[in-house]
Amino acid sequence: MLSLRSPIPALLVCLLLSTPVFLQAQETEIPDPPPPPRNVVARDNPDDGGHAVMVTWDLSEDDFEGGRVRGYAIHRSVDGEEYEYVGYVGKGTSEFRDTREVLGNVPYYYKVLARSRNHGDSEFSAPSAPAISRAQVFHMGRLNAAIATVLFISLILYYVRSARRGKELFIRRIAGLDAVDEAVGRATEMGKPILFVPGLSTMSDVATIAAINILGPVAKKVAEYDSSIIVPNRNPIVATVTREVVKGAYVEAGRPDAFNEDSVFFITTSQFAYTAAVDGIMVREKPATNLFLGMFWAESLILAETGAATGAIQIAGTDAVAQLPFFVTACDYTIIGEELYAASAYLSREPRLLGSLKAQDWGKVLILFFVVAGTVLGLMKIEFLSNLFNV
Amino acid sequence: MGILMMVQFFIPHPLSTRLYRAVLDSMIIIGVFMLVFAWRSLAYFHINRIRRRTEHWWYSYLTFTGWIVTAALGIGLGIGAGTPHQLIFNHILIPLQATMFSLLAFYIASAAFRAFKARNLEAGLLLVAAVVVMLGRVPIGQMIYSRLPEVVEWIMMYPNMAAQRGILLGVGLGMISTALKIIMGIERGYLGGGD
Repeated sequence: MLSLRSPIPALLVCLLLSTPVFLQAQETEIPDPPPPPRNVVARDNPDDGGHAVMVTWDLSEDDFEGGRVRGYAIHRSVDGEEYEYVGYVGKGTSEFRDTREVLGNVPYYYKVLARSRNHGDSEFSAPSAPAISRAQVFHMGRLNAAIATVLFISLILYYVRSARRGKELFIRRIAGLDAVDEAVGRATEMGKPILFVPGLSTMSDVATIAAINILGPVAKKVAEYDSSIIVPNRNPIVATVTREVVKGAYVEAGRPDAFNEDSVFFITTSQFAYTAAVDGIMVREKPATNLFLGMFWAESLILAETGAATGAIQIAGTDAVAQLPFFVTACDYTIIGEELYAASAYLSREPRLLGSLKAQDWGKVLILFFVVAGTVLGLMKIEFLSNLFNV
Repeated sequence: MGILMMVQFFIPHPLSTRLYRAVLDSMIIIGVFMLVFAWRSLAYFHINRIRRRTEHWWYSYLTFTGWIVTAALGIGLGIGAGTPHQLIFNHILIPLQATMFSLLAFYIASAAFRAFKARNLEAGLLLVAAVVVMLGRVPIGQMIYSRLPEVVEWIMMYPNMAAQRGILLGVGLGMISTALKIIMGIERGYLGGGD
């Protein structure tokens, strides 16, 4: 039997005993769940290959800062009777893209309910009308890109035709390309080879193709001057293409016998192993001229600095913006970005190629116009022009 | 094929997607076959160096040894975790690649030493901007001037970004133009053998 000398234990016992009552009283007092979302609409997801349905709804009236709604649960049915859960989105979101095993030509019905943390789920919304997923033939979201492409193609075709009709087209001086002749001549005088690195990318990279377009005229000059060229490659396909280009250049120069098969070779596909190999070639063979043209990554400075240390004249050209500063620092001439693509037109002076350069320039003028106009209109809070270019 | 792939970009239909995947798969298959040509090229290159006893020809033996041993170990014992092939990859190839990459730190220092000289106004501006950006990226910059990181952020986000975007716009147009010239057959220099 307890001897209650102090009232505190008694108070504690009373408190403990009253807690379930207190909690029970709390459990029975749950407020109403939030109202359901309204106006649920399901439609085929636009601009895709089918297998997706877009569901939208009006937010629950309790969906605001401090409100009871925490999110929305979306349920789907194929017959309008039995619904299954397919997804959840947070509060404030009024759309959901259903991609969960959506079949084509099957009607889907959707219901949405609002979820809360402590107040339970709302009732289901009224079901949506059935939606069928279909594949679209044209991506309307890319219509602006299609129009711009057609416009640009038209410009190219117009100026190529103008050039064919004999119209004189001016092209500004590109120092790096003018220096190619001088560089090849220097190598010939010194009796040393020319090193041509066509970048570290694959044939699917336009920069590699642009570099190979320069390799042809360079190899032809090398053949004419009876010099030698070394073309190490990182990619097997590029190695095959460069070999054919150099061989063709020697044939075109009337020196097929002078072509050395071993001068164009594949090294490795590993980035830094290739870089080490090219560095080794530069240190051992000591070429008089280094041409770094194409796509480069982190190895650009390693190649350029090693070449600079051997005393070679270096001409670099890439469209990799991040590597341009390194080439500008370490090389004598740098061909920046689009100048690399203009190289074949610049070196050959062929009218059709010059015509395409003109079209490029007009394309840039158009873009400049839209940038300025969009900026001015944007400052006046008119954004339709900027929105035209969303893809 | 070029026009087909260009048009494919605007057609989301599953047939178009299947065509795109088929072309990508075929490129991978062609790449694998070209690897055989690449091995042949590499082998002939080194065999000729050994035969002619060119300078440092013995390194070609080293190349062949590494090539054959790694390939034999991979084919014979597998390339999974714990195999000799994987050990070679993890303990020889990766450290060698890391070594080459680490050379960049020294090359950047030597390139910066050569480039950052105030020969004229533009070079002087380059020098000042480079010093500000380098200091602002390290804790000592903030100790020197508390708002230096904000200045650096402004330089990177505005003048630097504007210049990069200008170059990228030109590059983008150049890429489209070169690709169209190749598709239309105007540009044929990469095929070799002249016109």
